[in-house]
Amino acid sequence: MPTVVIDGVSLEVEPGTSILQACEQLGIEVPRFCYHDKLSVPANCRMCLVQVKGAPKPVASCAMACADKMEVLTGSEMVHKARKGVMEFLLINHPLDCPICDQGGECDLQDQAMAYGFDRSRFEENKRAVVDKELGPLIKTSMNRCINCTRCVRFSEEVAGNSEMGQMFRGEHAEIGPYIEAAVSSELSGNMIDVCPVGALTSKPYAFKARPWELRKTESVDVMDALGSAIRVDARGGEVMRILPRLNEDINEEWISDRTRFALDGLKRQRLDMPYIRVRGKLTPVSWDDAFRHMQEKLTGLRGDAIAGVTGDLAAAEEILALRRWLETLGSQNMECRQRGETFDVSQPSGWTFNSTIASIDQADLILLVGTNPRTEAAVLNARILKRVNSGNCEVANIGTAYDLTYPAEQLGDVSTLLQQVAEGRHPIADRLAAVKNPMMIVGISALARKDGGAVHAAASRIAQKYLMRGAWNGFNVLHAQIGLPTALAVGFMPPAGRDIGKIYQGVAGGQVKAVYLLGADEVDVEKLKGAFVIYQGHHGDRAAGHADVILPGAAYTEKNATYVNTEGRAQHARQAVFPPGEAREDWKIIRALSDYVGAPLNYTTIADVRADLANVAPTFRHIGKIVAAEMAEFGTPGPIDPTPFQPAFANFYQTNAIARASETMAKCVVELMPQAERKAA
Amino acid sequence: MLKDSDRIFTNLYGFQDWGLAGAKARGDWAGTKDLLAKGRDAIIEEVKASGLRGRGGAGFSTGMKWSFMPKDSGKPHYLVVNADEGEPGTCKDRDILRHDPHKLIEGCLIACYAIGANACYIYVRGEFAGECSNLQRAIDEAYAAGLIGKNACGSGFDCDVYLHRGMGAYICGEETALIESLEGKKGQPRNKPPFPAGSGLYSCPTTVNNVESIAVVPTILRRGPAWFAGLGREKNTGTKIFCISGHVNKPCNVEEEMGIPLRDLIEKHAGGVRGGWDNILAVIPGGSSTPMIPKEICDTVLMDFDSLRAVQSGLGTAGVIVMDKSTDLIKAIARLAKFYMHESCGQCTPCREGTGWLWRVMERFVTGNAESKDIDNLLDVTKEIEGHTICALGDAAAWPIQGLIRHFRPEIEKRLRGRVTVAA
Repeated sequence: MPTVVIDGVSLEVEPGTSILQACEQLGIEVPRFCYHDKLSVPANCRMCLVQVKGAPKPVASCAMACADKMEVLTGSEMVHKARKGVMEFLLINHPLDCPICDQGGECDLQDQAMAYGFDRSRFEENKRAVVDKELGPLIKTSMNRCINCTRCVRFSEEVAGNSEMGQMFRGEHAEIGPYIEAAVSSELSGNMIDVCPVGALTSKPYAFKARPWELRKTESVDVMDALGSAIRVDARGGEVMRILPRLNEDINEEWISDRTRFALDGLKRQRLDMPYIRVRGKLTPVSWDDAFRHMQEKLTGLRGDAIAGVTGDLAAAEEILALRRWLETLGSQNMECRQRGETFDVSQPSGWTFNSTIASIDQADLILLVGTNPRTEAAVLNARILKRVNSGNCEVANIGTAYDLTYPAEQLGDVSTLLQQVAEGRHPIADRLAAVKNPMMIVGISALARKDGGAVHAAASRIAQKYLMRGAWNGFNVLHAQIGLPTALAVGFMPPAGRDIGKIYQGVAGGQVKAVYLLGADEVDVEKLKGAFVIYQGHHGDRAAGHADVILPGAAYTEKNATYVNTEGRAQHARQAVFPPGEAREDWKIIRALSDYVGAPLNYTTIADVRADLANVAPTFRHIGKIVAAEMAEFGTPGPIDPTPFQPAFANFYQTNAIARASETMAKCVVELMPQAERKAA
Repeated sequence: MLKDSDRIFTNLYGFQDWGLAGAKARGDWAGTKDLLAKGRDAIIEEVKASGLRGRGGAGFSTGMKWSFMPKDSGKPHYLVVNADEGEPGTCKDRDILRHDPHKLIEGCLIACYAIGANACYIYVRGEFAGECSNLQRAIDEAYAAGLIGKNACGSGFDCDVYLHRGMGAYICGEETALIESLEGKKGQPRNKPPFPAGSGLYSCPTTVNNVESIAVVPTILRRGPAWFAGLGREKNTGTKIFCISGHVNKPCNVEEEMGIPLRDLIEKHAGGVRGGWDNILAVIPGGSSTPMIPKEICDTVLMDFDSLRAVQSGLGTAGVIVMDKSTDLIKAIARLAKFYMHESCGQCTPCREGTGWLWRVMERFVTGNAESKDIDNLLDVTKEIEGHTICALGDAAAWPIQGLIRHFRPEIEKRLRGRVTVAA
């Protein structure tokens, strides 16, 4: 391993470490604009120049690997002169409009100009002007501010995988933009705003809304898909102003999808902020006490079996467990979290988990996608597959509808029975899965939500047992599309003795089920619940609330401390950033309060009590943020598979849950970014 | 003065047949198989011993460059010939391409053999239409005669030669930008290291050589490295094509010995300076990017790499631009500054932002619309560009201005004062 001497301090580094990385290890700050950890190194900003003894001119530290016995100076006269020169060049054509720039306060150029800038300009010529580009409803441009670092270009090419941005023209006429006048349609486009070191690309919905120093920053977890990406919620007063990604190498690295970032205006619209009860067919606002008394009146005396609970896409573990415990006090086993009618077998955690873990995609050498479009279902995960494919020696094959996944995928066909052939070893892909070191199969949740879901699950199980197990490596993965489902599965909200969603509908129709408690369950078929007493607890007046007899206003994910389990089975804590609006309350507390009126009081006083109980339910809740590997088992119910092609979990990336459907920004995205054909289909 | 018998480019002026028959009559393709039979290492050693330094401008030892190619990389190797001759004041490669293309093709075969490459790309400047046509026909002739292609010259060695036409961007003459352009990308220089010998075209080991460097190799091998090394001065050996333009009576390309005095070169070959030697004001000795030298240096300076470096200029491509006393030097350099601004690729900051700045200030100097502190500022700006960029275009933009200020600062100050007087 080479040893370098940086500013007199000797350091041994891994071969291939750049000087800039070595400096970081020593805590020496090296200014940079174009260099980004997750992107390729163009060394074009020239800000990170350092002096290497023996070299006639300063070298770009981001692009120069450490060599043994190299002596580096980061604070010499030469270095300062070079960096000041570069800073001067960057500023001569920069508009210096910091007072009206949204990047102000968190701008790399601003910060570094404090260290390397002059207090006056020697440039007496006219500044260059660059026409702003129209990039759609999410990204606002101010191209005069652009310093041509090409981070957005490299992001678009290397992470988003669709090369929508580029540098056009040359010399001082060089401009960054989409080559043609088109909006950036990538599901990850918002990350360009983060990688932009200046105010050239800023958030359009957030434009002129707040200054970074006014914001209260809360580290939390995203619920817009089933990955549980690390996010930071920035709030001012009672309002969530913006959502940014945090670094979590195991899940999202440092990217988040546009839904995660921009659906937040949905938190302010269509909110349930008062309890309601239906009086003479009309929903009427009431006090909490009245709502609970009304429920007491309706529910007391019902047999346990006559009450059912269904959880939704955004429900957190705390309230799911509270609901489970409450139903148990009533003697009900009718708990269901598979609101779309997923018929797969839930008894074995390995059967509904992304067992390999997301980070292991980096090691996979053959990935078989089954009935999933990761680009819409988990855009960040798709970027990880792209990264893996780009790094070489990894192939992707697809059974299901052919999508543009941003990387080449071998289309094996969309006939679902192909899966049966693979399971029986009658398809060439089977041998290839068997031959490679780290095979992965990713089964989309929608493939299991079909009528023959059990048979699909059984075939997948057989493939897993035959081809995907390599000692500690488990190549069987289910990709959930909504975080509420793995969370509820982890809480065990589906006792085998209870009614599943189909039987609940039957029970309602047959009169055996008299009351249904919807915990944010907006995907149930409300028509089939007609006749039952429907309680809706949730935060948005979305699909189901209007059909309920009682509405209990809950808190959205930014408004409560809550635990979510992602598709890997990893439990993570989301933290409260703001208070729920109006009379809305944290969800577990609502059920706790209800238990005083109906059934027996739950033994919870603080959230710590709920979490202590969660820890008893499943080991994953005892290891927050970590993976608890599920024991591999056989699952599914063998049977014939229907040849109908697998359908994606959703065709509309932008509007997948109650919050996103309430978001004006997401609605604009549907209109401006989705191709018309897709829009109609969705 | 170089004896006719020591000339390598005997058809430099195109008076004879440029085709295969003519080339063979001039001695090209004679015993090429035997040259190859010397073996890879021996060829490299002989080229090293000849002291041949790259003719594209930087003057790096060609043999040394070849020896950097890995012996067993497991990847294909490539030879890339840089025929993207765009340096203002330089027109030597174009005469080789159109009048002596077989020298180049034979050189390609030998160089490919020496570096273990089976493919050679000749990247020709886009504007060179006629040159491309001649070169392509020469390549076709060589293929038809079995001189290149499978079992080239009966040596058992396979060598394919491809002609690739550029689009006329000056920056594509920079070796890594040229490689990017060959790969079908926008011509923007790469960071070095890795150097092309480690990772070049398609990330494979690649040697990039100037046309002239390659074209002289067969003759060096035929006549022996000692002959070549015996011409010129120590470390600056051999012959070189000089391109003399500007205020001379007979602008021309001429092959001469390295180290010939500049005055001899101009007076013997170019018919002397317009109005006599004393009418000379300054000379740009090596293509537009080398700093100019004033008359007192021109009187004595020798035309080779080290002599010109000693006077803070350079041999570059040996494109000698002569300027007599009628020249507005400030305007001339302003024009060069505009050229570099126009040709900057825009990738890295100092060059993208700096070249335009230089030009604008130079334009103000032309009209005298500046103050004398601006001269110091301009010099400082050139220093901020020089050495801070990815490729040498930044340096090339800075040097002409540095040369002007170094030798003719009083001229600029006079111009600025003149403006002030008029204003008053």
